[in-house]
Amino acid sequence: MATGGPTRTALHPLVRGSGLRAAVRTDRRAELVLGALAVGVLALIALMLVTVLVNAWPSFSANGLSWFGSGGDPVTQLAAMQTDTPLPGHSVLYFSAWPLLWGLLLTTVLAVAIALVVSTLAAVFLTEFAPKPVRRVLEPVVRLLAGVPSVIYGLVGILAIAPWVNEHLISNARRQSVAYVVQLSGADLTTATLILTLMILPIMIALTANALSSVPISWREGSAALGVNRWRTIRRVSLRGARPAIAAAVVLATARALGEAIMLAMVSGGRPFDANPLDGLTFFFEPVETPATAILKEFGGETGTPVAHTAYALAAVLLFSAALLSFAGWAVRQSMRRSTVV
Amino acid sequence: MGGQAVDEALHGRVMASAQTLDRPARNTIARPPRESHASWPLADRLCHALCWATGIGLCLVTAWIVLYMLVKGISALNLKLFVESPAPSLRERESGGFLDPLIGTFIITAIGMAFAAPAGVGIATWLTEYARPRWLARAVESGIETLAGVPSIVLALFGLLVFARGFFSFLSGSTNGGAVSGKSFLAAGLLMSVLALPLIVGTTREALTQLPSRMREASFALGKTRATTIRRVLLPSIRPGIASGVVLGMGRIIGDTAIIVVVLGASPKLQGAGGAPLLSTLRGSGSTLTSYVYGFSPAGEGNSPQKAYAAAFVLLMIVLALNGVVTRLSRGRSLDTIEQGAKP
Repeated sequence: MATGGPTRTALHPLVRGSGLRAAVRTDRRAELVLGALAVGVLALIALMLVTVLVNAWPSFSANGLSWFGSGGDPVTQLAAMQTDTPLPGHSVLYFSAWPLLWGLLLTTVLAVAIALVVSTLAAVFLTEFAPKPVRRVLEPVVRLLAGVPSVIYGLVGILAIAPWVNEHLISNARRQSVAYVVQLSGADLTTATLILTLMILPIMIALTANALSSVPISWREGSAALGVNRWRTIRRVSLRGARPAIAAAVVLATARALGEAIMLAMVSGGRPFDANPLDGLTFFFEPVETPATAILKEFGGETGTPVAHTAYALAAVLLFSAALLSFAGWAVRQSMRRSTVV
Repeated sequence: MGGQAVDEALHGRVMASAQTLDRPARNTIARPPRESHASWPLADRLCHALCWATGIGLCLVTAWIVLYMLVKGISALNLKLFVESPAPSLRERESGGFLDPLIGTFIITAIGMAFAAPAGVGIATWLTEYARPRWLARAVESGIETLAGVPSIVLALFGLLVFARGFFSFLSGSTNGGAVSGKSFLAAGLLMSVLALPLIVGTTREALTQLPSRMREASFALGKTRATTIRRVLLPSIRPGIASGVVLGMGRIIGDTAIIVVVLGASPKLQGAGGAPLLSTLRGSGSTLTSYVYGFSPAGEGNSPQKAYAAAFVLLMIVLALNGVVTRLSRGRSLDTIEQGAKP
């Protein structure tokens, strides 16, 4: 590809003044306009970081590190801010986000862990074992799952899955054993994690399957020539070669799970509860809430109020995690660049 | 030619040739001999069974979701819902239909695409055809990637702050106190375009990089400038790529709820901001199908599941139709399109 295109010095005397110079000028202008558009993306990100952080600052500075700690129920605290009646012994901006962060951690880690196993199996199936007719069904299915809006997942969750969990999985004894702290309703950690898994699966399957199918045939033929059987080849050659793509898939899936607000708002039980693993099996039926859900439910769209500052602080945490994730994904991919295909 | 064969093998025929490991891999794919699983160790056979179970299970779960929505949706659907506006009533019979949210969905999608499509194609073109200086191009690339990872609720909060500035007062109406509300179709549509941008940039870039360089060279050899080459040769030949990006972006916009709830206000009816008729609507607040479903689900205020089912069914049908369009546009390489918005 010619790199510079025709430049001013390259003009032949004969073509001078024949409109070519104007054409070159248009060309320059096109590059400038398109470049400006691209730089606009960077400006937008910078602006987003600055505005969110500036608006989040009052909440962070009023609470210090205890913002991340566990000091009561975030929803009560937000309600106190809304009515402008500070909780006894605290400032109006008092907020402790741990129950929300814990809910986020639980749902995200569980969903991504399950989805990692399932998506790897599904991708191997799709690229290695599925007969053509099955593949022709499975690919559109994966794409459909990726396209379904999260509100539909939420609706199915709250109207079909949560009642089912409530009826069949939660025994009355269990319900009564925790009735004095929390009401188990089926909208809980299990339901939320299941649906979240289903939502992040398609992107993971797509990335992994694409990577698996671009592992060079010669690598696998080499493995087969050494007398290694099919599964071992898949595990030791194909999946290993696809590791960067799997890492990328995990990063993207986590990012999606982090920001999921509407589905979780519908099925996760809607109150920030410190679901406690020490509760045994009951743990899986306790409600959870994540930062994105809290913003969606408690924030009415005003600016400059304590509630708004808190909402922006939660948004800043999400934004920061998303940026950190995309950096981590990049770093992992860099470190695996050798010995892999993608 | 050779390169093309390899490409085909990589994209479509890997599985077939993997099964014919005992014979030289050629372009002609014969039906492989049936492989016996009996020789595999137990663990391997177990994994094999698990693979099948996962694949079939995925199909069954999807089928269940679609059928569930179909059955519930069709039984709740009637034509009146399409022509009536939502009414503020707690009783199911009097709460009207979803005409306004349906219109709102179209408005939001149109506004979002009107901004995202040209901007996305422009940025993708700059990234593949110009990309000077290099460091800037690389920064923009990772910027797009970051943008793809920003949760839409964060985007919504950011938009609320920006559009509530006096400078943007022409975009939205004002609240009772006279302050700029920052909530309008225009504001939400602009934010939606940011949401769809990475998808369009991804597909357009992919299509542009796959064009053979001889097309550019031929155009340059005819004395065309780079801008003319892009406009007259490159962009017309990647129309299917751009189109599938646009359709994917539309799906993303139609499906998003957080921005609608926060920045559009999710008021059931279209509420104009006053002024010229069309402009008043655009500057006013309203809702879309997604926020309607949310509002009428047990989690929202309306709590009448029948309405939610009906609207969700319509939403699902729109998404299915868009899906079909993408499949047609990207024949055979359907899985690629999912990841293009956030290509590593």
